[in-house]
Amino acid sequence: MSTNVMTQGSARIGVETRMYFRAPDTLFFTFLFPFVMLAIFSAAFSASGEVGPRGSEISVAALYLPAMLASGIFLSGVQNLAIDIALEKSNGTLKRLGGTPLSPVAYFLGKIGQVFVTGTLQATLLILAGWLVLGIALPTEPEKWVTFAWVFVLGLTTCALIGIALSALPRSGKSAAAVVIPIGLILQFISGVYLQWNMLPDWLQNIASIFPLKWIAQGMRSVFLPDGWEALEQNESWNLPGVAIALLVWLVVGLLLSRLTFRWIRRDA
Amino acid sequence: MHPTPSDVAVRIRGLRKVYGGIAAVDGIDLDIRSGETFALLGPNGAGKSTTVEILEGYRTRTAGDVAVLGVDPAHGGRDWKSRLGIVLQTGGETGLLTVREVLRHFAGLYPNPRDVDDVIAAVGLEAKANTRVAKLSGGQQRRVDVALGIVGRPELLFLDEPTTGFDPEARQQFWELIRSLKAEGTTILLTTHYLDEAAQLADRAGVIAGGRLLDVGGITEIGGAEARVPVVRWIGAEGRTHEVRTHEPGRVVASIVDALGGEPRALEVIRPTLEDVYLGLVRSAERAAAVNPGARTAEHATAASTAADAEEPAA
Repeated sequence: MSTNVMTQGSARIGVETRMYFRAPDTLFFTFLFPFVMLAIFSAAFSASGEVGPRGSEISVAALYLPAMLASGIFLSGVQNLAIDIALEKSNGTLKRLGGTPLSPVAYFLGKIGQVFVTGTLQATLLILAGWLVLGIALPTEPEKWVTFAWVFVLGLTTCALIGIALSALPRSGKSAAAVVIPIGLILQFISGVYLQWNMLPDWLQNIASIFPLKWIAQGMRSVFLPDGWEALEQNESWNLPGVAIALLVWLVVGLLLSRLTFRWIRRDA
Repeated sequence: MHPTPSDVAVRIRGLRKVYGGIAAVDGIDLDIRSGETFALLGPNGAGKSTTVEILEGYRTRTAGDVAVLGVDPAHGGRDWKSRLGIVLQTGGETGLLTVREVLRHFAGLYPNPRDVDDVIAAVGLEAKANTRVAKLSGGQQRRVDVALGIVGRPELLFLDEPTTGFDPEARQQFWELIRSLKAEGTTILLTTHYLDEAAQLADRAGVIAGGRLLDVGGITEIGGAEARVPVVRWIGAEGRTHEVRTHEPGRVVASIVDALGGEPRALEVIRPTLEDVYLGLVRSAERAAAVNPGARTAEHATAASTAADAEEPAA
């Protein structure tokens, strides 16, 4: 009898989280990056004063808070896991684990659990920093926080699964960061994370709508931006059902691709 | 002799592995008995790693029957894996956990693990128990690899070049550890380039080259009696080196002393070591391959398994 999958999974969450916080590069590029970008954007555009539709003006910092929350979800899920698992594949970690009675399910529970522990901590600290340091007004309506909760959980789960699937793409651990980071950068530029969504031309908005990050960012804006801002969205609506459907579709795609591509070691002919 | 299944830890019949039409493992039959330490010896690219990785369940096979602890490794589940210990050739993890953290974690994956502190002591890393693995020396990291391989109390332990990077004292300690595992009844499959290590630890050995087993036998018998005939060597009165292979070295030495009427210069009686026997076997196989046109397959197989080693995950 080997040990229980849930016992193994919770043990994996513990070691995965410990390793995450001990790796300086993931700590910076995944955990702290949204904080750095929020600080830079707030400082860089502070001179432009308040922005937004007439009657719903907010500070640039308040505009970037939901964007950086979306960015954090994306980095914690996709970028973190895609690079991490590609490295573990090439440095022998996966091969060694594959020779133990560790269940693959427990391995992935560990990865997704780590994403949730670190992603939740990151989002909490981002919101607190926005509120306490940048003086951003937080929503008070409970239904906004319900929206936040499901967009966060669904977005993070979807991003974690896409990260696992994407880890099959880099050919070596060395190239992992070089393959994964540009994909993330491009998506963040076209999905309304780094650039204000309504500044992007329609054709670019349509391309971004294929990918999940645009929908996560839109869901976050619906929570943190005041009424009136929905006029700047596609079809002048937050379209929360669209957010849920797009993320669920990507969740299934990520799950299937992970299931199809994952191997403890690279298979021979 | 026909050992019953429970006496046999590893049973291999007609094992073949073909990469791109070339056989890296070309028809191997072998039994490893429960509780014995078996050394698999052979040059790089001989098919050793491929064979062992098939037994460990990492690689598929092209043909043949394999049973490891009574289970086909191609379908070995988690219960089967919990009975194995695998010390791979290369570690190379990021090493962000401490020695104790990583061992405690691995111990938790097995149903009946050894005590973590006992294992740390057994590999001589007590002083480094709270040090991150990345901060250890190469030899110390290798000891962590060994510790991870034994922490699950395996019935069958695979050791792939286990003492690479060990200093002589650490090697002696490691040998003691292996002897104590053996005393507990652990079956051990050792692949090594250190022939003295194989001679120290193994009960039996197999020599593999070109994807075929050249010989299998007891560690003091492999290669045949002829390969183990002692050699008497001395420098004669005229200054030339003489060598005589003989089953009666004492008698030969006495006759030399008689003939010279005194002590011969630089007298040695040399008993061939496992290394000498091994090199003899591998070289005669290479000569046969070079002379015999039918042995082209062997050459190809060697080239193929080198390619196979290269395509292994840089793991």
